[in-house]
Amino acid sequence: MSEPAATEAAAAPAVPPAPTEPAASVENTAPVENTAPAENTAAAEPAAPPPPPTADPAQTYIAADLVEGNSPLLSCKFDPSGRFVFAGAQDNSIRRWQLDGAKHTALTGAHDSWVRSLAFDATGELLISGGYDGRLVWWAATDEQPTPLRIVDRAHDGWIRAITTSPDGKTLATVGNDNLVKLWSTLDGRLLQVLAGHTGRVYTVAFHPSTGTLFSGDIKGFVKRWDLATAKETAQFDATPLWKYDGGQFVDFGGVRSLTVSGDGALVAAGGTTDASNPLGAVHKPIVIVFDANTGEKQQTHRAKEGFDGSIWGLRFHPAGFLLAASGGGGGGKLLFFHTAEPNEFFKFDLPALARDMDLHPNLLDVAVPMHDAHLRIARMAAKPA
Amino acid sequence: MKCTYACQTAEHLVARRRFLGLAGASAMAGAGVLASPLGAFVRPAAAAELQSKQKRILMVYLAGGLSQLESWDPKPGTDTGGPFRAIPTSVPGIHISELLPQTARQMHRLTIVRGVNINENDHGRGSYIMHTGRVPDPSNEYPHLGSVAARCLSVENDPLPGYIHITPGGGGGLSSSDAAFLGPRYASVTLGGGQPPQNTVRPDAVTEAADLSRQAMRRRVNDHFARRRRTAETEAYTQTYDQAAELMKRRELFDVTKEPATDAERYGSHDFGRHCLLARRLLENGVTFVKVSHSNYDTHNENFDFHLEQLGEFDQAFSTLVADLADRGLWDSTLLVVNSEFGRTPGINQYCGRDHWGTAWSVVLGGTGVKLGGAYGATNHNGTEVKDRQVNGAQLFHTYLQAVGLDSTETFDVSGRPLPMADPAFGPIKELLA
Repeated sequence: MSEPAATEAAAAPAVPPAPTEPAASVENTAPVENTAPAENTAAAEPAAPPPPPTADPAQTYIAADLVEGNSPLLSCKFDPSGRFVFAGAQDNSIRRWQLDGAKHTALTGAHDSWVRSLAFDATGELLISGGYDGRLVWWAATDEQPTPLRIVDRAHDGWIRAITTSPDGKTLATVGNDNLVKLWSTLDGRLLQVLAGHTGRVYTVAFHPSTGTLFSGDIKGFVKRWDLATAKETAQFDATPLWKYDGGQFVDFGGVRSLTVSGDGALVAAGGTTDASNPLGAVHKPIVIVFDANTGEKQQTHRAKEGFDGSIWGLRFHPAGFLLAASGGGGGGKLLFFHTAEPNEFFKFDLPALARDMDLHPNLLDVAVPMHDAHLRIARMAAKPA
Repeated sequence: MKCTYACQTAEHLVARRRFLGLAGASAMAGAGVLASPLGAFVRPAAAAELQSKQKRILMVYLAGGLSQLESWDPKPGTDTGGPFRAIPTSVPGIHISELLPQTARQMHRLTIVRGVNINENDHGRGSYIMHTGRVPDPSNEYPHLGSVAARCLSVENDPLPGYIHITPGGGGGLSSSDAAFLGPRYASVTLGGGQPPQNTVRPDAVTEAADLSRQAMRRRVNDHFARRRRTAETEAYTQTYDQAAELMKRRELFDVTKEPATDAERYGSHDFGRHCLLARRLLENGVTFVKVSHSNYDTHNENFDFHLEQLGEFDQAFSTLVADLADRGLWDSTLLVVNSEFGRTPGINQYCGRDHWGTAWSVVLGGTGVKLGGAYGATNHNGTEVKDRQVNGAQLFHTYLQAVGLDSTETFDVSGRPLPMADPAFGPIKELLA
């Protein structure tokens, strides 16, 4: 894999710096120290920093467009410090871009299938990747040239569909095509627990920020809640509008493609697709169902106002009080912004290509979206500089 | 008639227009056939000899277009390879997709033809080519392989249909267009959902005595009519009644629940598993041509998820069927053909799908008359073109016929007009024949 693309200006920041907000209420992210370039803070007597901007979805624009090679991208993750963004690719590699210098580094040689999901350990120094080869790989994320530190082969029988780390970063949860949820030590890669109960492939997983529970969503549209102390299933939420068995095409389709828990732990959102009139032909609509995390009661069903085709591949509750969803499908790529009280989005941002995943920067303004056209685009929810 | 395929591309709309053209031509051709005795071999003695050998054909049809890259011709690590890996098989040096681990253990009983190019990306036309060995031609309609087999391989006066098609879903009955000029007697009988032929149980309201009396009257009237107006159609009509009566007596033949429960478990608790077990039962009981369809591989969207699901079913049931036919001594008399209407594009589209691709894909053969345990032909490093020993649908059709002992250069006599059994512009793939 080659070094930074010639088209990237090495001296210019990949993403224009943005002052940060506190990140404590965002799940699975460590507090942000500073994302501003060093040269901007090196003055002898710095002036008082301007107040951090708040996220303003209606002002969203593409702040950075990162591309290296031509392999479609499937997954992405900011490191907890906000210095880097990583993307899993269909050429079995991971791309890393340094946000304050546009430098690209390829992480290769550990996966022999597509890299579907990324997560960070408690230190924020170790990146863990999960692939369609069923393999988990630990990487020294911030090294000049990261190399694999640990490989757990056959972590799942078949594809790994999603991985995520607990709020304290010590436990890794993984899900896959073997219908299982597995818990691992991020410290030493030891298998801690196997949670069985799904009757179909498990697509997504998310930790509750405080109660020691875990949520996992499967192809059949069921979201299970697990108590980690007892390793027991404690509830099952019905998101079956996200699933369909098509009797004409003889296929199962849909499932919970994205899952997230609100920062206060009150809500769980499951995203995917619905109204699949032609699953084999990509004719289906995006949908998000929001549940009460304790009772499992449906709080809202979100659909796109214009009814375009797509599926929700990434979801995050933003501390500013809205739900952010990334859609990709026949209608193109979109970022959709929902208030829980309203079924339709209050704002939609068109992306240049189909979204495959989504992550929120610790500054709470920047949204990374990996896309089929090999670009990782970073959308900023703030006014574009003049 | 609306195309039932999923993707509803412009290609399908074109196919429908062509279909309408074909249908018109077929009606005209059929009129000629029906005005004369049934189409027959120019050399009937050769046909009689072949029929006595009791060769059979099993076709497993993967409807919609199986991806060769996720099955018989994987290209892992390339830009087109997709997420699945290749695994070794029981034949050293031959690798197939990791989605087919049980089939890999049967590879010594199979041969992969990896250089298929039919130059066609339309469902209807591709299906026609792969069933008839002919490029669609509005001036003539040709019989399916199953109908040719029923005509040329079945024992004379066999009460069983010579061509049985087991499909997923519902439906059933006779698909007379399959037989083209051979006539409806050799058309496929469809077992929708693997259910026995429709209306093969005498209604409770009709007593046995009343039924016998009714049939006797029908025969008298029919004989009277036939003395002056005997045609292929009336003959087929009479034969169909007789066949139906025999079918009613042998209805249990179609009841897959008569097979041991342990066998049903080995084939898998899904429709395709039951249908493959039914195929075994039918072949063992002398049906000449059995086609089992599995749907749906038309994966323009999420190709890899859908192949994971479909091939999971296929692998278990198919590999069990191959092993059983071999273990039961039927492999030496049964030709296996695994095909589709085309393959799927090497390029992966933005929906993680693959589209129609008739340019470089694979067909699998097994059983009698073909060399087993290898791969014939090859595609290039990422599967975008055939690089070695390219073959087309006509050559494959010749090869199927030759493998079961038929001379594919023979002709049918249709109203005095000789019609070649297979496209005379091509011949069999001799290197493949045992």
